[in-house]
Amino acid sequence: MTRGLRKDLLTGAIAIVTMTIVLGLIYPLVITGISQVLFPGAANGSQVSLDGKVVGSRLIGQEFKGKGYFHSRPSATGYSGDVTFFGNGGPNSVEVREEIREELAAYLKLNKPYDPSLTRSQIPVDAVTQSASGVDPDISEANAQIQAHRVAAVRHLPLSKVEELISQNTESRSLGVLGEPGVNVLELNIALEREAPLR
Amino acid sequence: MFEGYVQIAIFVIVLVALIKPLGIYLARVFNDERVFLSPVFGPIERGAYRVLRVRPDDEGQDWKRYARSLIVFSLLFWILLYLILRTQGIQPFNPEGFHSGPWDLSFNTTSSFLTNTNWQYYGGEATLTYFAQMAGLAVQNFVSAAVGIAVLVALIRGIVSRSGRSLGNFWQDLVRINLYVLLPISVVGALFLVSQGVIQNLSHATVIHTLSGGTQILAQGPVASQEVIKELGTNGGGFFNVNSSYPFENPSGLTNFVEMLLILVIPAALTYTYGRMVGSQRQGWAIFAAMFALFIAGVIVVYMAEQHGTPAEHAAGLNTHAFHGSTGGNMEGKDQRYGIAGTSLWAAITTVTSCGAVNGAFESLTGIGGTVPFANLGFSEVIFGGVGTGLYSMLLYVILAVFIGGLMVGRTPEYLGKKIQAREIKLVSLAVLFTPLAVLLSAGAASATELGKRSIYAGINPSGFSENLYAYLSQANNNGSAWAGYTGFVQPHAPGNVGAYGITFANLLGGVVMLAARFAPILFVLAVAGALAGKKVSPAGLGTMRTDNPTFVFLLIGIVILVGALTFFPAILLGPVSNGLTARLFP
Repeated sequence: MTRGLRKDLLTGAIAIVTMTIVLGLIYPLVITGISQVLFPGAANGSQVSLDGKVVGSRLIGQEFKGKGYFHSRPSATGYSGDVTFFGNGGPNSVEVREEIREELAAYLKLNKPYDPSLTRSQIPVDAVTQSASGVDPDISEANAQIQAHRVAAVRHLPLSKVEELISQNTESRSLGVLGEPGVNVLELNIALEREAPLR
Repeated sequence: MFEGYVQIAIFVIVLVALIKPLGIYLARVFNDERVFLSPVFGPIERGAYRVLRVRPDDEGQDWKRYARSLIVFSLLFWILLYLILRTQGIQPFNPEGFHSGPWDLSFNTTSSFLTNTNWQYYGGEATLTYFAQMAGLAVQNFVSAAVGIAVLVALIRGIVSRSGRSLGNFWQDLVRINLYVLLPISVVGALFLVSQGVIQNLSHATVIHTLSGGTQILAQGPVASQEVIKELGTNGGGFFNVNSSYPFENPSGLTNFVEMLLILVIPAALTYTYGRMVGSQRQGWAIFAAMFALFIAGVIVVYMAEQHGTPAEHAAGLNTHAFHGSTGGNMEGKDQRYGIAGTSLWAAITTVTSCGAVNGAFESLTGIGGTVPFANLGFSEVIFGGVGTGLYSMLLYVILAVFIGGLMVGRTPEYLGKKIQAREIKLVSLAVLFTPLAVLLSAGAASATELGKRSIYAGINPSGFSENLYAYLSQANNNGSAWAGYTGFVQPHAPGNVGAYGITFANLLGGVVMLAARFAPILFVLAVAGALAGKKVSPAGLGTMRTDNPTFVFLLIGIVILVGALTFFPAILLGPVSNGLTARLFP
């Protein structure tokens, strides 16, 4: 072994250990410490509560089934928060066509009784396509407007009240321009439970 | 679509505004000059040299020594990372009690992170301890990025050096790039991301009793500290399997914007750094112009295609037009808060750079939209590219363009006063052709054998072909994004990771391809730097072909497209383009 190679091996060995300690332990642990002090809510998952009980994270979508709730977007993962994967439905996939057909039919069946003028072409894309994360916390404003009729009827609330809650729980584009507006489904349903509980 | 174009325009404006200040800063770091952080980090830097036992000022390295230090360092780190991934059972910061992954998967993941690829056959949140994520993977996010930048800096020094053979000192470059560039930006960026909702803790997964009476388990972890360097170092390996589409990695339109900026800002600023270091800003802007033209063309194509929707959606009777309160377009595999524009722009950014982090499902992109990632990778990651790697790869194309241009006008080719001769052109050709060759051989081997077919999810159709081709295109170009149906790891009963096994063929082939296509080009590039270092500089004359004007920019774009298209056009036709040109659906 030449002297140069030996020196590289020694320096390299010291380097990988030091870098692992500095970049792999000190850096993330210091960031964790500062975050826990400065932003404890956000650093631990932006949890939201109803009646003092944690019912979820503001950022993570949940499954809602009953007619009295606003429903989240379809999920490939069953809204999993611990084993995530993409649906990977291709653009020219027969399977995706069937899934979307079924979602469209189910959406119409669920909402048309409360909104008789609803047609298939009014259903927004987000309502029947699988999200990327599987836990998309938001739905589009159009999607929420359609579901509002059903939720208002089931909860015996005036439509205007439900629409008011929708607009209170709509996040517009960040800084007015970045991203897309979305209605936070969990927060909206929590607001509904506060206003007119199902049971 | 108007709002979408506004967002894209804002992104471009902010990016371009950052290029000059960051470019100047980077040049000062590379040239061993004082920067505003020197008073704070100077003592740490000098301490690091003492600990590492190097004296950078009198230890300049020629290309062979520089390469030896780099290879030894990488080899040692490969071993350490493999050991970390294989000893998960005894590690601290493991609240979920994860065991180690299988050997073949660990081989793939180790090679993946060491080479700045971050290809993910594993699912982070369901298989890796916090220790492995922090001290294993995130360390490589810093280190592999710094190695890429170091090779670029060595090449630039070779281009500008007028005497001697030194390309600088590898250990010094490694320390300075981490200390003055990657670490400070990461600290600020990580805290910003946490403030916006990215999680940062060491807690056990949270069990939630949901509003409608169900149960949801939310994986936790030190995400923000990893998220920021994953973007900044163009690494791309997500803490979560669905990467930056998961809200705990990327919670809003604002974080989406900032993360895209983090991905592209260093590769873009390096063009300015280059101009400054070679003493002519115009040289840097010429390269920037060629990169930017190719980049923005891709952005527009993918955005228009995604806004149109897919044949499957149209056949199902879905209205994909935008209307009040709905983005319209192909929302399959996209999240609402980023929308069509925010996902399309990201898809272009993450594939022109070698980042590979995704905020939407690539396999669900439209045929024509999906062609853009293919094309960006087919151009061998020279459109901005990875940190350092992108520009050093582009400089190979620049030398190639100078050579071909020189032949056309019948003069000895020169670049920045240095004659380009047989040795340089041989090395450049080897470097330029190595990665495409690795892609075609591995993708061919995988699609022609039963062993390879096991990894395909979509079946025998254009999407299945795309999965297979993209897997090796992505791994060979050290990108890491995926047509994610393609798999090398099966975890039937996660979490706890019980019953999981790796698909050995895909893991080994991919791992070997990543290592070879990372380190072979690096050696060729350093050899080119060595060949150029110390060459006499002849003053530019009337017959010298200029490399800083629009003519040269067009020539450079032409050469990049020519090499990429000649190599990959037939293969890409069979994959995404086939999907894009037909309304037919496939089972």
